[in-house]
Amino acid sequence: MATTRILEWLGRCYIVLLLGFLYLPIIIMALMSFNASPFYQLPLEWTTDWYASLWQNDQLIAATWNSIEIAVITTVIATVLGSAASLALYRCDFPGKKVLQALLFPPIAIPWLITGTAMLIFFFGIGIGRGLVAILLGHVALALPYVLVVVSARLQTFAPELEEAARSLGANQWQVTNRVTLPWIMPGVIAGGLFAFAVSFDQFVVSYFLSTPGQTTLPVEIYAAIRKGFTPEINAVSTIIIVVSMALMLLTARFFKFGGEK
Amino acid sequence: MAGVQVANVSRSFGAHRALDNVSIDFADGGFYALLGPSGSGKTTLLRQIAGFDFPDTGRIAIGGESVERVPVEKRRIGMVFQNYALFPNMSVADNVAFGLSVRGEPKASIAAEVQRALDLVQLGKLGGRRPHQLSGGQRQRVALARAIVTKPRVLLLDEPLGALDKALRVDMQIELKRIQREIGITTIFVTHDQEEALTMSDRIGILRDGRLVQEGPPEEIYDRPQSEFAATFLGDANIFRGDATGNGIRLPDGTTIAAASGPSLAAGARASCAVRPERIQISTGAAKPDADNANTLKGQVSKRIFAGNNSTYFVDRDGQTLKVIVQNTGAERLAEGQPVVLSWSPDSTVLIAAG
Repeated sequence: MATTRILEWLGRCYIVLLLGFLYLPIIIMALMSFNASPFYQLPLEWTTDWYASLWQNDQLIAATWNSIEIAVITTVIATVLGSAASLALYRCDFPGKKVLQALLFPPIAIPWLITGTAMLIFFFGIGIGRGLVAILLGHVALALPYVLVVVSARLQTFAPELEEAARSLGANQWQVTNRVTLPWIMPGVIAGGLFAFAVSFDQFVVSYFLSTPGQTTLPVEIYAAIRKGFTPEINAVSTIIIVVSMALMLLTARFFKFGGEK
Repeated sequence: MAGVQVANVSRSFGAHRALDNVSIDFADGGFYALLGPSGSGKTTLLRQIAGFDFPDTGRIAIGGESVERVPVEKRRIGMVFQNYALFPNMSVADNVAFGLSVRGEPKASIAAEVQRALDLVQLGKLGGRRPHQLSGGQRQRVALARAIVTKPRVLLLDEPLGALDKALRVDMQIELKRIQREIGITTIFVTHDQEEALTMSDRIGILRDGRLVQEGPPEEIYDRPQSEFAATFLGDANIFRGDATGNGIRLPDGTTIAAASGPSLAAGARASCAVRPERIQISTGAAKPDADNANTLKGQVSKRIFAGNNSTYFVDRDGQTLKVIVQNTGAERLAEGQPVVLSWSPDSTVLIAAG
């Protein structure tokens, strides 16, 4: 009896420590975004000035919109292409399939610094150069393998007889995919889309290589701002982003029970 | 509704010949069992008829129309899969409606037809449930309703009762047979369960290594098997091997066994005789065997298995163990180790050419 109680207590401590480790820095940052002192002096003096001045910072706002735009477009393109590719790899046998499948995953492990350099050289070589288009193309390439991995994992749990049953009932390929296969892999597609969004929205290294001073994304802009001198405006914009992205994640988790539904 | 003709169909996967020149005629409205051990090609044959896979050579016709290159979705067949393959994201009613809905039928008529199909399988009230809320037997019925609601030309069943427990299996056998009679659809049924094949079908096709071994009504295959394989795969049989004598065989020790049916074989050719265990009379030797039991052998009981309504005796005789099934009539039971006389009629003996 006593041992179980101690174990339970240790378990609770572990959870508290874990959550603290994950969230304390974020909470401190959020608190400081409401602190009047730009040098983090305590006690905390409540203010929303930093949010107000953020509103005036056109460069930061432009970069934020760039980031959101690129992340959304990347999510759409990478999710559609990645899901379609998973389906093709699942259904079709073609020469070189094993090689292709093997080649699709290593990009996840290649350091972004190297990928970024390679992309920069490549985009200059073919005349795209730097800028938002280059960033978008780069992000799609980075996000694709993540979608593939997640959707393929979901497809592994799909019973191929379901497609056969649908065909035996007269459904054509489009109807089979649309009404039987897609509903099954949808949680994987959503999860893959979230990964794609995160990969793009968080992306610093590759974006840094491919951006130009006027055309940049939020992480790159934040980095540039910190180098010029840190202002609590950064805390403010970060807090907004964290609140929005956590809300998005919680909503998706609520509506699509990942892996939980049979 | 339509009959199905399979003519000279062969199909290889790499070096493996899954179907080797198979021809069967499935008459309109019949209930057929394709019976064979795993790897015999029975499922491959069913998938050829369904259209999931195409034959390398040969012809398949449904209702007189050649379909061997028509894909499954255009063949108008109904299929029930071993693990039911119900769509997990749809309700029972939507599962059954699927085939009608992909054909673009109007919603109102779909609802009526779905209800009729669910009533037919006695699940009229469960349309709103999800597949995972149903028992195995209920899922089986939904799969059946889904397969027949589109009025297919032929119903294909791939070991449909394999996942059910024994009591439910027997219920479903009766149920399946009733529904098949009610709608009169040509039904082809793959099974490895010989009892299921015997009790349910009008005709049985036995497959082995991609070849059709024998085809015919259950009684005919059981009473007159044409090969040792057919004799032992469909029911139990005692097999004696020897040389043909003209009306039976001579065993290596000189004993002759007379057989009333079978092919006529040249004397001296290698041949076998098959006798069903329930056709053999077993006695202590004191009693005289029945007059027409011309075949007699002496042996010794090595084992007796009591099964309530009958007993199975294993009798050792010249290095061979024979099986005899005796109905429980209240007569004296024989002890293990007891010398016995086995006798049976040539009418119960089938001559088989050595394969």
